[in-house]
Amino acid sequence: MSFGWAQEYQPKSGFMRWIDQRMPLPRLVYGAVGGGYPVPRNLNYFWNFGILSGLMLTVQIVTGIVLAMHYYATADGAFDSVEHIMRDVNAGWLLRYSHANGASFFFVAVYIHIFRGLYFGSYKAPRELVWMLGLVIYLLMMATAFMGYVLPWGQMSYWGAQVITGFFSAFPVVGEPLRIFLLGGYAPDQAALNRFFSLHYLLPFVIAGVVILHIWSLHIPGSGNPTGVDVKTEKDTLPFHPFYTAKDGFGVGVFLILYMGVTFFWPDYLGHADNYIPANPLATPAHIVPEWYFWPFYAILRSFTVDFILAAKLWGVLAMFSSILLLFFLPWLDTSPVRSGNYRPVFKRFFWLLVADVFVLGYVGGAEISPVNIALGQFASAYYFAHFLIILPLISKLERPLPLPNSISESVLHGEAEESAPYGLATSGPVTAE
Amino acid sequence: MVRIIGFLVGLAFSGVLLLSLLINGVGAIKEPAEKTAEKAGFLLEPKPLHLASDGPFGKFDRQQLQRGFQIYKEVCSACHSLKLVAFRDLRQLGYTEAEVKAIANQWQTEVPSINPDTGEPATRKAIPSDHFPSPYANETAARAANSNALPPDLSLMTKAREGGAPYVHSLLTGFQPQPAALLKQFPDAKTPPGLYYNPYFANLNIHMPPPLVSDGQVSFADGTKPTVDQMAKDVAAFLVWTAEPKLEARHATGITVLLFLLVATVLAYLSYKNIWAEAKRVVAPKGPLDPENRARRATAMSEAGIEGGPKPDGA
Repeated sequence: MSFGWAQEYQPKSGFMRWIDQRMPLPRLVYGAVGGGYPVPRNLNYFWNFGILSGLMLTVQIVTGIVLAMHYYATADGAFDSVEHIMRDVNAGWLLRYSHANGASFFFVAVYIHIFRGLYFGSYKAPRELVWMLGLVIYLLMMATAFMGYVLPWGQMSYWGAQVITGFFSAFPVVGEPLRIFLLGGYAPDQAALNRFFSLHYLLPFVIAGVVILHIWSLHIPGSGNPTGVDVKTEKDTLPFHPFYTAKDGFGVGVFLILYMGVTFFWPDYLGHADNYIPANPLATPAHIVPEWYFWPFYAILRSFTVDFILAAKLWGVLAMFSSILLLFFLPWLDTSPVRSGNYRPVFKRFFWLLVADVFVLGYVGGAEISPVNIALGQFASAYYFAHFLIILPLISKLERPLPLPNSISESVLHGEAEESAPYGLATSGPVTAE
Repeated sequence: MVRIIGFLVGLAFSGVLLLSLLINGVGAIKEPAEKTAEKAGFLLEPKPLHLASDGPFGKFDRQQLQRGFQIYKEVCSACHSLKLVAFRDLRQLGYTEAEVKAIANQWQTEVPSINPDTGEPATRKAIPSDHFPSPYANETAARAANSNALPPDLSLMTKAREGGAPYVHSLLTGFQPQPAALLKQFPDAKTPPGLYYNPYFANLNIHMPPPLVSDGQVSFADGTKPTVDQMAKDVAAFLVWTAEPKLEARHATGITVLLFLLVATVLAYLSYKNIWAEAKRVVAPKGPLDPENRARRATAMSEAGIEGGPKPDGA
């Protein structure tokens, strides 16, 4: 804990003191979960999504472990074993629907968490490592989700695996051998399915490990806050428990209502009908699309249609990987010393433009290919790169931010609700009386 | 350095994308994509269909499922397998144990087995724990009997097609002669011999001959009039059950779970408000909500001509 006033662990009973003196495990856990952790007092509901992501990771691991007890990773039996879970395993349908929709809601939570970080400048010093570890988690999630989607061995599983591993063959010389090495064959088959299952079981635990690093590195500078102003005195903070545990409890309730509503009443809404057809290497589906959380990236991939120096496919693959990798450099691309978008009038406008842009990319990635959609995707992809690599560094140089409040507690006085809500969600901008 | 490299990379990607946009745009204007009959409005959306199992409170109409099963048994099962469903599952449709046993025993296809004396391949009568046997020994046999088309397994049909149960209903009732307007617009799109025109099927021409051809093709024990439309509805309802046999349990559990979560969330909200109200009281006497600070602030704001500041009395 870097805050001077963060409370040390105080054993409450003789037994805990006895343990703590011999092996400081209680102290370690206390520090790791943020006991005695002072949190800025002005966090808004967007700060709930870290906990919600952690909750969804837990749900996925628990349901996944039980599903793995009933699933068999064979090209002949995988599809039928999933249907066996749906029909003959006690509450199997609940486990499988919770897991399948849990992946979607995990991504919902993480996307809101990421965009909260983008708006409130959570990637800026001294939290660069927190941001980068978060991106590592996100990349691991994408790999895990992709491999998980292959496991039911339906048509979309099979052809998704075919398309996504096909990315590697875009690279000259090494590409094709690399693809065959990764798949363990010329096309997805038993070898690929088995290794995907093995890795799909492994990676969530790697994610859990990186989550520990993510939280550990967060607890050094402490949480950011909607004003982006550093914590100055103890008055600016509240203990995590009970204040934020209570607020998170409410957030968890609302999130679970949405997640369970979809799981119980629209369980197949986020999936694709073709994945209820067993994998058939001889019949290509009319439209191969990944799950919705990959649509923006799929749109970027498909937007490169011209061989210009490099092959179009290679451009697409490079751009798709770059679209995520560039986020690692964000702390150095955005040089503005002001963290919060609330005090950056120009940045704020471009931020919402980026949000709209990502929605357009998502739409294009999931839609059928048509001349209009391709053009839309190309324009939106161009804006995506221009936003992060050209516009953002320029804004940081040229923009004149609004005056910041002197401290968090002073900003609370202005009216907590207005300070902490992003642009457009509050009735007016921050009051600047000074 | 990061910013210079980033700028160049951004310029490269955006540049190539805008170049692609330009070249594609010119191409699309020069040679517009050829239209097909499917894209020209001849492919229809499924007709609306309302089943008892629809909606969050939906339950199966067991009479209808039994009628649907009868149609599967007397019509569809000649060509289509139902391999994910077992005879024992029919208990859920309201059949008694004895009836299920009889249905399995009298099923038109026998289950592949081994002759216990010689070890030769053989067949035996089905028992309730068997899944529905496929009408064909294997895929090759199925294709040979259907001019190289493969009748798909029906177990998951309503979940494996975009339109669900309404699609099944529309497809079964949608067979019709090819419209003259289509042939006029696309003279090459004539339905090939051996295929049947159906405006609900993805490429408009389906291998399956119309399975439900006349009213009264089956006779229902419960007295329902067996019109083609009624039979198509019933079999669609039956296929909703085969695709999702746990639908009722899902709906019932879902409502309980949501009620629980609603109550829990309201309680969580109240405790959150309660705890935070205390936080605001605690901060008042010593923090920035101190009456003295508020008064000073109110004076400063009124001097600066700003409205809406805190009241000097600190209320």
